[in-house]
Amino acid sequence: MDIRFSDEHEELRRTIRQFLSAESGEQAVRAAMATERGHDPKLWQRMAQELGLAGLVVPENFGGAGMGPIEALVAFEEMGRVLVCAPALASHFAANAILAVAGEADQEALLPGIAAGTSLATVAHVDAAGRWDLSIVSNEARREGESWRLDGVWRYVLDGHVADRLLLVARVPDGLGLFLVEGEATGLTRKALPGLDLTRRLAELRCSAVAARRIGEGDARPGLERALQLTIAALVAEQTGGAARCLEIATDYAKSRYQFGRPIGSFQAIKHHCADLLVSVELMRSAAYHASFVAATGEGDLETAVHQAKAWCSEAYFEVAAENIQIHGGMGFTWEYPAHLYLKRAKSSEVLFGSPARHREQIGERLGL
Amino acid sequence: MSDSKRTIGEAELRDRVRALLAQAHPDAVDRVTFRRAQYDHGLAWVHFPEGYGGLGLSPGMQSIVDDEIALHARTIYWNLAINAIGIGMGAPTVMTYAAEHYKQQLLPRIFTGEDIWCQLFSEPSAGSDVAGLATRAVRDGDDWIVNGQKVWASIAHKSSWAMLLARTDPNKPKHDGLSYFLLDMKSPGVDVRPLYQITGDAEFNEVFLNDVRIPGDRILGKEGMGWRVAITTLMNERVALGGSSRPGHGLSEKLLNLWREEGPSGPRGADGRSAAEIAVLRDAVVRLHIESELLGITNQRTKSAMRAGNPGPEGSVAKLVQAELNKKITELGLELIGSDALVYETGYPLRRGEDFPARTRRENAKHDFLRARANSIEGGTSEVMRNILAERMLGLPGEPRVDKDVAWKDIPRG
Ligand SMILES: Cc1cc2nc3c(=O)[nH]c(=O)nc-3n(C[C@H](O)[C@H](O)[C@H](O)COP(=O)(O)OP(=O)(O)OC[C@H]3O[C@@H](n4cnc5c(N)ncnc54)[C@H](O)[C@@H]3O)c2cc1C
Repeated sequence: MDIRFSDEHEELRRTIRQFLSAESGEQAVRAAMATERGHDPKLWQRMAQELGLAGLVVPENFGGAGMGPIEALVAFEEMGRVLVCAPALASHFAANAILAVAGEADQEALLPGIAAGTSLATVAHVDAAGRWDLSIVSNEARREGESWRLDGVWRYVLDGHVADRLLLVARVPDGLGLFLVEGEATGLTRKALPGLDLTRRLAELRCSAVAARRIGEGDARPGLERALQLTIAALVAEQTGGAARCLEIATDYAKSRYQFGRPIGSFQAIKHHCADLLVSVELMRSAAYHASFVAATGEGDLETAVHQAKAWCSEAYFEVAAENIQIHGGMGFTWEYPAHLYLKRAKSSEVLFGSPARHREQIGERLGL
Repeated sequence: MSDSKRTIGEAELRDRVRALLAQAHPDAVDRVTFRRAQYDHGLAWVHFPEGYGGLGLSPGMQSIVDDEIALHARTIYWNLAINAIGIGMGAPTVMTYAAEHYKQQLLPRIFTGEDIWCQLFSEPSAGSDVAGLATRAVRDGDDWIVNGQKVWASIAHKSSWAMLLARTDPNKPKHDGLSYFLLDMKSPGVDVRPLYQITGDAEFNEVFLNDVRIPGDRILGKEGMGWRVAITTLMNERVALGGSSRPGHGLSEKLLNLWREEGPSGPRGADGRSAAEIAVLRDAVVRLHIESELLGITNQRTKSAMRAGNPGPEGSVAKLVQAELNKKITELGLELIGSDALVYETGYPLRRGEDFPARTRRENAKHDFLRARANSIEGGTSEVMRNILAERMLGLPGEPRVDKDVAWKDIPRG
């Protein structure tokens, strides 16, 4: 498989980078993260309408950008570079889940709003145990005549405090079901969690006999697995973009900060750290690009590609973000300097969708070890 | 892609391989005949120009050729096994700098393995700082007379040709006084002696050069241009050393096999290990396997981004990863073996590297563990790779230097 970006991909990258450097600079990020919502809805509207970032993979006949995993990779890499505060990952997960699970009518009802950025959807699948595997969902849906009722706790839901369409995963007799719950449904309480990462909001949802509509027929598990894999593929791209940016910031600083009459980047201890970070970032690119190219081409095993990318990129992003602070010395530890924003994004995206150890375990199983 | 170098697509390239196999099949003819035909079809180094064993394609497309041959033949030749230094480093240097008649004479014989090549760069006092070397070449009419000592020269004892770096002007700053020669290893005055490694094998040698005469037309580039030519060799060396892993066939393959035979799922079973110990080891194996896969993908990415021509500093990424990773992999291999790692069945009889008898997987793992210690030294140390990555790819400032703009003869050494 040849990992190469086309001229169109590069053009997309330039467009997004230009837009975000104008609209999502550090000031904008800090302003958005201080709000209760956690993002600027006007900016999200523009990202949706001008760049198609809310409905990247939504087909054009549903108002989306009609793009695939490679374009999503480019978009998330760019968004990750600047830590844009926006419900992009939530929307991507939701769109992928709807595309994989819902019938035509539900797709038509849900996708255009998501793509336009007028409706915010998110998927909730982690239960009170806090595990990310779809194989161990414990929340159960109850059937009541033609409709369903949900009880229980769903945790770490991306932008769940403000989404108007919540897609809850619960067990049903034939496997897993995907359930639509409106944001204002009776019996639903939602609480924004005070996050380690200030640039992406998570929420906890509590349902007490909430009326829900089931999306799609039959066991939703295979579709949800694929949606989850595609979402992780986007997340590792985001991690890669963030790490690449940290490396740039660290190297720029190492060139301009003088101590002992020399740029600190001329000291080998610093220089060699930077070289090691470069290597980590290059391997992150390989991991993340590979996962999305596998998803796009169908060549190779997506599950393995995603596990391997998530395991590597999570630890590497943290390494780069942490070392960025070290290279900056005291200034790197201040609130005013943005290094901590990357560190917190790195750690939280490492935990999100399963720890590196868990992803390695799954590769081990696939290798028969 | 508007790149005219890619006018031959994948399908056409596969057709060319099939045409080669129809004419000379490795299962039917001998190695030299087959490899010579492969060269003539432009399938030896697809990124070389037509007429020199290539087709002017991106180096990434070589794997299409190799895969296609592997699909149709039982006899597979490995460049690394046939003539690693000649094929990976000598050929691109000859291609870039040698006179036309030398290209025609040398390139096919490098590829067939008729001529084995070695690299005579390092000296006892010049390793990382190879540009500081002391071997002298002095003009004598049209010829050059060379005196000096080279060290750690891999497979020099089997080589017909050497890439020799020598000093032609000690009064110039060190990089400016070097010249690069093609040395016929059968020349009088070339004395090759085995140098034994920590494994007991002697893959490498000391090479003494006593009044060795080299014809004047065997300078590559020009007199005084040796460092530039050497850089071409070294850049290709890094790609040759780091760039061979591919996804699914990487450094971790041996480790996975070792796990299956020596680890908990192998015939010896858990071998008294606790569940926790097994879990820790499994995680460590997978961790290194992932890195190994990513190295393979990185190599593919680097190669498909490269046009025809010589590689740049990006080759140092793979060289560094491969060196450090292989050390970790072979260390873990020993850990999988358990207490029996205390035993070294083969002992350490001092001998030539190619003379060792067949070894069991376990014996190999122990040997590999020792041999891997060289990975971060040979072909440039990991520290030097980090300097290159930081300075050439990230643009970090060099260190204050004491040897710049100083005549080589006046540089402090020890
Ligand atoms: C198995 C094997 C095969 C080899 N085959 C060949 C061959 O075929 N042909 C050939 O010419 N050579 C060959 N070599 C030699 C090899 O290229 C040198 O050993 C290597 O370049 C290091 O040089 P050195 O041994 O002199 O170590 P030194 O350069 O003395 O280095 C000693 C230590 O100092 C560090 N160091 C040196 N300079 C710096 C710096 N600027 N910054 C930071 N750290 C530094 C090194 O990283 C190392 O840790 C081979 C070596 C081995 C082990």
